[in-house]
Amino acid sequence: MKYIIAVIQPDRLDEVLKRLEEKEIHLVTVSNVVGRGRQKGIAEVYRGHKEQGSLLRKVKLEIAVNDAFVEPAIKAVTDGARTGQIGDGKIFVLDLPECIRIRTGEKGNLAIG
Amino acid sequence: MVVLLTAGTAFCETQQLVEAGSLTSQNSTINTGDTAWVLISAALVMLMTPGLAFFYGGLVRRKNILSVLMQCFMALCIISIQWIVCGYSLSFGPDKHSIIGGLDWTFLNGVGMTPNAAYAPTIPHEVFMMFQMMFAVITPALIIGAFAERMKFSAFVIFILLWATIVYDPITHWLWGNGGFLKNMGALDFAGGAVVHINAGMTALAAALILGKRQGYPNGISPPHNLPFAALGAGLLWFGWFGFNAGSALKASGLAGNAFAVTHIAGAVAGVTWSVLDWLKYKKPTTLGMITGAVAGLAAVTPASGYVTPVGAIWIGIGAGILPWLVVTCIKTKFGYDDSLDAFGVHGIGGIWGVIATGLWATKTINPDGADGLFYGNPLQLWIQIKVVIVTIVYSFVVGAVLLKFVDAVVKLRVSDHEERVGLDLTQHREAAYTIID
Repeated sequence: MKYIIAVIQPDRLDEVLKRLEEKEIHLVTVSNVVGRGRQKGIAEVYRGHKEQGSLLRKVKLEIAVNDAFVEPAIKAVTDGARTGQIGDGKIFVLDLPECIRIRTGEKGNLAIG
Repeated sequence: MVVLLTAGTAFCETQQLVEAGSLTSQNSTINTGDTAWVLISAALVMLMTPGLAFFYGGLVRRKNILSVLMQCFMALCIISIQWIVCGYSLSFGPDKHSIIGGLDWTFLNGVGMTPNAAYAPTIPHEVFMMFQMMFAVITPALIIGAFAERMKFSAFVIFILLWATIVYDPITHWLWGNGGFLKNMGALDFAGGAVVHINAGMTALAAALILGKRQGYPNGISPPHNLPFAALGAGLLWFGWFGFNAGSALKASGLAGNAFAVTHIAGAVAGVTWSVLDWLKYKKPTTLGMITGAVAGLAAVTPASGYVTPVGAIWIGIGAGILPWLVVTCIKTKFGYDDSLDAFGVHGIGGIWGVIATGLWATKTINPDGADGLFYGNPLQLWIQIKVVIVTIVYSFVVGAVLLKFVDAVVKLRVSDHEERVGLDLTQHREAAYTIID
């Protein structure tokens, strides 16, 4: 089992979710986050005071998958989120030792599905 | 709607009364149209304080919005009480040496349904008192912009009570009270350029200097947490300003209509002017800039609204776009004082410009009871207006500063560093404006 964390542009979220759905990957948690990378922010101006805006708005997806679904998930996120511009985001893949479905108590591969 | 219909009927009845020439008895000196308009205007001006609360509240950080709303609403409550206890009497009561009103009208003694001929001969005296109360409320609330996000709530309450009594009431008497020395001198301040805006603005500057900067100012302060609130507040202020200025005619008259028009024009022109300046200097017109400009224009036209033509209002609006813009975006940064929400920059500078501009563009063709300004052949009026500005600046700044120092000595003005970091909502009121989950 793997735990995939993807940080993407907010406006790509719908496209990424659609592609994950096409690959029958349903277990996704989405949150609004701010962060920074190589992409420079847009400086904001309030009554002449410039805010450098070093933190940018992004969307973070957390996806738990069985091993067979790792590559399809990565492909779905990459295809959906890529625009070719700087700031498209990152995907992190972590080992996932355990997963438990709260309702039934099922564990592991069964629980993720 | 019902109110409007009733007001409409009232106009007709008054006209019939006037036509019938039956204005002799005691009761009939009350004009129903005038009374209805001033009642509505008082309600409009009341709404400006909650409007200001949202204008300011949107500009602070998430952790401090309730403290700003609370300060505005507490001003609404506590100054209303001060007003009936002694404020109204000190401002408008029988004159003592042209400096202050006597205490004859404390607890509204003698202030009833019969009109006061000197102030407003066609409306109940009590209605005039209520209309003026709303001005007394919003003026100290304007100062909040200078000390937002760091003043202790207890200090705030003591300060505004003292300030209303020792600063606002005397200045109101000087300019608007029967026998006040600035009024006797021929000063023109139709709806409060000096009484409200310069007055609040100068004490605001004193407050910003005495309280000092917020932690992290200027670069470590997060931007406004809710600009839509600020825009909502600015809209409410603009709406209420029609009561503020056109209501100051104290009649449902042509003069009120002109005040209504010039108020709107100056606000609109200043909003555009500020946007253009933003556009030129910062490449984009900003929402905050546009609404700030509009408020500056409305503040600047306040003293002039009963004396200038629509064309005069355009010039006032242009000046109100340029001067506060310069102070807020350039001069403040240079001097480094933390007038957090620009109470001085917008209201102080806007008010100073407006009172002086009244001495330039006032004309008797608009108001025969007023005076001509410099551009209508009377340079003396400009000199009178400059004296009003100087007197108001000095009194408000100096006495405001003394009061702040006094309150600081008694209860400390500023919250602790820890409280400032946590935010005033939690530390002063044990509340949070926004929950994180649900």
